[in-house]
Amino acid sequence: MKKKLAVLMASVMAVSVVAAGCGGGNTAAESADTTVAAEAGEEAAAEGEGEAAAAEGQVLNVQVGPSPETIDPALNSAIDGANMIIHAFEGLLKFDKDNNIVPGLAESWETSEDGLTWTFHLRPDLKWSDGSPLTANDFVYSWKRVVDPNTAAPYGSIINVIKGFDEAAAGDVDALAVSAPDDNTFVVELSNPCVYFDKLAAFATCVPVQQATIEANGDSWTIDPATYITNGAYYMTEFTDGDRIVFEKNPYYWDAENVTFQTIVWNLIEDVNAAYTAYQNDDLQMIKAVPTEEIPSLEGNEEFHVEPILGTYYLSLNTQREPFDDPMVREALSLAIDRDYCANTIMQGTYTPATGLVPTGCSDAEPGSSFPETSIELNGDFFSSDYEANLEKAKELLAEAGYPNGEGFPTIDYMTNDAGYHKPMAEYLQQAWGELGITMNVNIQEWKTVTADRRAGNFDAARNGWVMDYDDPSNIIELFESTNGNNDGKYSNPEFDQLVEEARTTADVNEHYSKLHEAEKYLLDDAGCIPVAFQADFWLQKSNLKNTWHSPYGYWYFMNGTLE
Amino acid sequence: MGKYITKRILLALVTAFVVASATFFIMNMVPGGPFLGEKAVTPAAQEALEAKFGLDKPLSEQYTTYMNDLLHGDLGPSLKKRGRTVNDIIATKFPVSAKLGGMAILIAFFVGVPLGSYAAFHRGKLIDNIIILFSTAGIAIPSFLSSTLLMYFLSAQWGLLPSKGLNSPACYIMPVIALALHPTSYIARLMRSSMLDVMGQDYMRTARAKGVSQVKSIFKHALRNAILPVVTYLGPLTAQLMTGSFIIEKIFVIPGLGSEFVGAITSRDYPLIMGTTIFLAMFIITLNVIVDILYAVIDPRIKLK
Repeated sequence: MKKKLAVLMASVMAVSVVAAGCGGGNTAAESADTTVAAEAGEEAAAEGEGEAAAAEGQVLNVQVGPSPETIDPALNSAIDGANMIIHAFEGLLKFDKDNNIVPGLAESWETSEDGLTWTFHLRPDLKWSDGSPLTANDFVYSWKRVVDPNTAAPYGSIINVIKGFDEAAAGDVDALAVSAPDDNTFVVELSNPCVYFDKLAAFATCVPVQQATIEANGDSWTIDPATYITNGAYYMTEFTDGDRIVFEKNPYYWDAENVTFQTIVWNLIEDVNAAYTAYQNDDLQMIKAVPTEEIPSLEGNEEFHVEPILGTYYLSLNTQREPFDDPMVREALSLAIDRDYCANTIMQGTYTPATGLVPTGCSDAEPGSSFPETSIELNGDFFSSDYEANLEKAKELLAEAGYPNGEGFPTIDYMTNDAGYHKPMAEYLQQAWGELGITMNVNIQEWKTVTADRRAGNFDAARNGWVMDYDDPSNIIELFESTNGNNDGKYSNPEFDQLVEEARTTADVNEHYSKLHEAEKYLLDDAGCIPVAFQADFWLQKSNLKNTWHSPYGYWYFMNGTLE
Repeated sequence: MGKYITKRILLALVTAFVVASATFFIMNMVPGGPFLGEKAVTPAAQEALEAKFGLDKPLSEQYTTYMNDLLHGDLGPSLKKRGRTVNDIIATKFPVSAKLGGMAILIAFFVGVPLGSYAAFHRGKLIDNIIILFSTAGIAIPSFLSSTLLMYFLSAQWGLLPSKGLNSPACYIMPVIALALHPTSYIARLMRSSMLDVMGQDYMRTARAKGVSQVKSIFKHALRNAILPVVTYLGPLTAQLMTGSFIIEKIFVIPGLGSEFVGAITSRDYPLIMGTTIFLAMFIITLNVIVDILYAVIDPRIKLK
């Protein structure tokens, strides 16, 4: 009964928002009673206002997620938190609109010939948002803090290529080979070459944070605007948990003259329908939370955007359990899935059919090249779009594996949580694998239970997904290494492990990528996991909001945007 | 009466202890943990996190530590909202929910009681039927439906009221109405039947036979007795409304305590689950004691022992 009501309500809501004609335009958020972090900042802000005439005094209201768990760069592991962090902090390097690496706080950098030493030269006269100087020593402090086990940073291991990482992660923080020979030079020594280290240097976890405020305020430094000292385009003036975070332009930012909006209000809305109504009422200029039932009506609307992110929707099979330990069985299950139907019908065209494991938007060796496209050139499409032929082949494989027409095949328990497209996808799989004569139970569990059981290997088959942390194919391929903590299917193959290890330790960019292509092919030929679709972000943005961009990392960049 | 209150407070403490202990152990039996995410953290970071929050200790030790802190009024740090303590979260979010809830209770009481009484005095007439109809509907309609309808007409359709937040007085209108609808209707029905019951009593007939005016008999004799069931209902109602509604806070984007109850459980934020549960339990117990005392004030026949 409750469920029926929920469905009824969803449709009432859907009708209500579609029918919403006139906007209220009653944004209380615009009359922000902001408290200012530092008095010095306020004075300087007044001086700086004349410079950024383009969007002087303009306020941007956006929604990218609910209250972030944390906006401490070292502790954050969520995309919504990272979205705010990239507006408040800047690292050595950063990404531009086209996802190329460009100078951030470092104006130049060089790599030693053996690829082991990276030297970054900081811009002169960098400052924190409280006006105090920012030097290379701040990077030394911040990077050690990320690795320090007492920080317990979820992404601490992102910089595990740095020499001394293991000792540092075990507690001897000073073993980490990062140093500041002078105030403007930051030197990193690696234990083995890493061709994508520039991308790591641009990662949101690796931005500098101010030692003084963290030592004075502990974990609480991020919740009080007065102690949240930043170094990027914005600083914080209000944080009301569950309501909003207000960012104000940082006059001490080195590139402040190109920062347009005076104020960015992050509306911390969890409910998609609430966000959608506020957007319809013109209270918000951009929302990430778009109700999926609205998508069909939004197609062709210029305010509705879909762009790929570095993510793959895949299925994990428990390779430690019979019959999923048999590669033929795994391949048969993979072949029985019509990926076109999944992406274009179940996922409403917001996702695209997977052509391999590494998603669209992930680059290859050449600048501007695409790993999945190169992969198709090298290996052909891993998943043929001829569904009928695939199904025939699947039936043959299953018979060969000893289960003709699915006879004797145990019932598959498919575990998933109920969010987004997960449940329709589960229902589809039930039918798709039913074609092979296999019975599948849909086992819907609450999110934390899915995570726990999946990691512990308490499942037959499970929904899985991965959004890459940095634009290098190794970040998703190495999930299937025997020792990887995210290898939920417990896939284990020494030859595959060997290929990934070789790719990791080479200093030759081309070899790095070719080894990863080999590894991907090896994994998919062995059906170590079943990729289904490449993920995308979809969002609504008013057509007068211009000059913002969305990156394949799932971040929106508003700092140079304009409202026309 | 002093003895009675002391007894009740002691009983309340025992209840709170039982609630806290039961929640603690049940919560730890639920699969999953606070530091489990889509992406696995390294074992070293996992251990460091558990050590930081004392989750690496045996459960019995965690329990005694927690109970000891609880006795000192310390509800511990939130595991998911890094840098915030549970005391802070309750202290900043409870007033938001309490303000909304308080307004809803006032409306429920001052609209529900007169409406119910009025219906009782005009039993069987058209106005009585109308009040019955609306109050039945008010009880039957779940809050997510009334909220959505309000939002649809007043905000999305006609643009009269802001759809979210609590940044202006106008923002309060829809959530307060949505919160008050059910209790107002319930109180009206409760008041009507209780008033009818009282009006049929012998002493009311005697009063009228003695020539006491209708108005005087109602205010002096009927109302005081008829209101007792409403007062009983007010205790749990106040606790329920003032601690926030998960649904209404979500729909109207209100940073109140209601969403923390559910959010704490889905994110396995153990100290926050404990804190909100104990807080709610204490609140209900306290209100029940107050209601008991109010009985004695309203009805002199009731003696507190």
